[in-house]
Amino acid sequence: MSRIFQLEKYNKEFLLGLLEEMVLMRRFEEKAGQMYGLQKIGGFCHLYIGQEAVATGSIAAVDLTKDYVLTTYRDHGHALSCGMDPGVLMAELYGKVTGCSKGKGGSMHLFDKEKHMYGGHGIVGSHIPLAVGIALKIKYKEEDGVVLCYFGDGAIHQGAFHESLNMAKVWNLPVVFICENNQYGMGTNFERVSSVHDFYIMGDSYGIPGKQVDGMNVLEVYEETLEAAKRARDKGIPSFLEVKTYRYKGHSMSDPGRYRTREELDEYRNQDPITLLRDAMVEHNLITEDEYKAIDQQAKIESNRAVEFAENSEEPDLAALYEDILV
Amino acid sequence: MPIITYREAVRDAIDEEMARDDNVFLMGEEVAEYDGAYKVSQGLWDKYGSKRVIDTPITEEGFTGVGIGAAMAGLRPVVEWMTFNFSLMALDQVINNAAKMLYMSGGQFKIPIVFRGPNGPAEYLAAQHSQALQSLFVHIPGLKVVAPATPYDAKGLLKTAIRDDNPIVFLEGELMYSWKGEVPQEEYLIPFGKADIKREGSDVTIITYSKPLKVCQEAAAELERIGIEAEIVDLRSLRPLDEKTIYESVRKTNRCVIVDEAWPMASVASHVGWLVSRNCFDYLDAPVELVTGEDVPMPYNHRLELAAQPSVKKVVNAVKKVLYI
Repeated sequence: MSRIFQLEKYNKEFLLGLLEEMVLMRRFEEKAGQMYGLQKIGGFCHLYIGQEAVATGSIAAVDLTKDYVLTTYRDHGHALSCGMDPGVLMAELYGKVTGCSKGKGGSMHLFDKEKHMYGGHGIVGSHIPLAVGIALKIKYKEEDGVVLCYFGDGAIHQGAFHESLNMAKVWNLPVVFICENNQYGMGTNFERVSSVHDFYIMGDSYGIPGKQVDGMNVLEVYEETLEAAKRARDKGIPSFLEVKTYRYKGHSMSDPGRYRTREELDEYRNQDPITLLRDAMVEHNLITEDEYKAIDQQAKIESNRAVEFAENSEEPDLAALYEDILV
Repeated sequence: MPIITYREAVRDAIDEEMARDDNVFLMGEEVAEYDGAYKVSQGLWDKYGSKRVIDTPITEEGFTGVGIGAAMAGLRPVVEWMTFNFSLMALDQVINNAAKMLYMSGGQFKIPIVFRGPNGPAEYLAAQHSQALQSLFVHIPGLKVVAPATPYDAKGLLKTAIRDDNPIVFLEGELMYSWKGEVPQEEYLIPFGKADIKREGSDVTIITYSKPLKVCQEAAAELERIGIEAEIVDLRSLRPLDEKTIYESVRKTNRCVIVDEAWPMASVASHVGWLVSRNCFDYLDAPVELVTGEDVPMPYNHRLELAAQPSVKKVVNAVKKVLYI
């Protein structure tokens, strides 16, 4: 698949910011996978490698002083895009008290109320109505915000998804539904369990504009989110973006990914979202190979620091078991 | 003191709290234009408009989740389930989102929300529309569960519920909506976790809550005629539970019957029965007796459905059993 990157319309700092963010995600996730292998992290750990352009491009299009983000259990990338500290995130993966959820949420439940990162949710599709509720609050309080709600292709068939689209349209709420179609709901290819194979048309069922977006092209994700967010903000029209992407790793750490071929994986590695942006920037003389290496090195350093912070942090006190059950 | 219905007491509580706090709003099926399936919300749409009294599609999981999201973001929703039978469609939202959000976010997100509506058996409605589901909610840490039986308690507890920063499950009853009682005009609140002695007595403690209160009061009147003075403890609040009042009463009467219209297994009755057996063991002159809903789905036939529920006769017999008469 060939892609045209029209970089002329963007300033260099913006493009560098996207690139740095995606590289940090990649290195952070690789480190998380490594630490999982060393049994420093337990339970479910869903890596975002391959999907970096989706969170990076879309969250770059909103203003988190007034806008909101909700996502699934595959939430490390979104948390980083929301500006959460890699050390605090890694500490949460470690279950340490310095983690964003004090070690009681883990990989799947990253939250930062201040930064408008509203989770980190573990039940497929169950957070989509929450996003509509936050959008309801925005309208109720006559604010200017937009909610970005992410979910996977697996959530498409949950009732909560359809109920949410309907209510968002009936009440004209400022929410952008973003399906990160990474093509596998756990180990099942979406085409095997879906009556339609282009999900974006489902927006039509609810009178909501739907669009298919190239999730390997961070700038396309950015532009489409910008447009959908503007429509939500200015006119109260919800949108549904189906962002086609791919995860290189298994569903979670316990998944060797035997349901797909080497060839398929290679095909997607050849359209890696980081490589595509980097190559386009090199071609446009916006970055040199050495400068890219420096970015990559910096991402590795930050990921190592995150591990160091998590390693040196304390376990929660046993008394924390009984804290934060009720206000 | 004015006498009003349970329905009016619930309505007045919502009305007063909506007037007091702009962040309070009501949502659910038929709550606005139709004035409520059971007319609880009658007049509120006229008064507050569509922004604050919101008709939803028939989509319990969806609108329950919308309420929880709005609560995460700072509003104070009152979510009406037309009946608790339909709350089963929304259980994932209540258990996985409302009850756990504070805990799994490390204390960042409180969920100030009230889920309310009629619970418990009604009449001629058969298995899917006539059931007492409180045991499911009482089981869950992170929720508070209240079940008032009188208009006075309903109003005072609902106002407290709407002001509470936690998710509250508020159990009303279809057959209780027309019950009448004294309710003062001036504002009052009833704190959670306080049981109420609805009748004082020295011979036996009858612990109950919600609709079976009336059955227990009738049973106590019948027992009085044969010289038995029953004390009735109305729990009102199931989580938190007022263990102190329960134990004080049982330690005084030395005998305990628990009346609960829910199914017996893993129920409020079985839990309180265990607590009493453990904490009042040395005071008990007889094993604790339970009178619960029969362990069957609710039948349509009236004779059968009455047989499936706690009755005056069943309560009187249980009291006689713990008194060995």
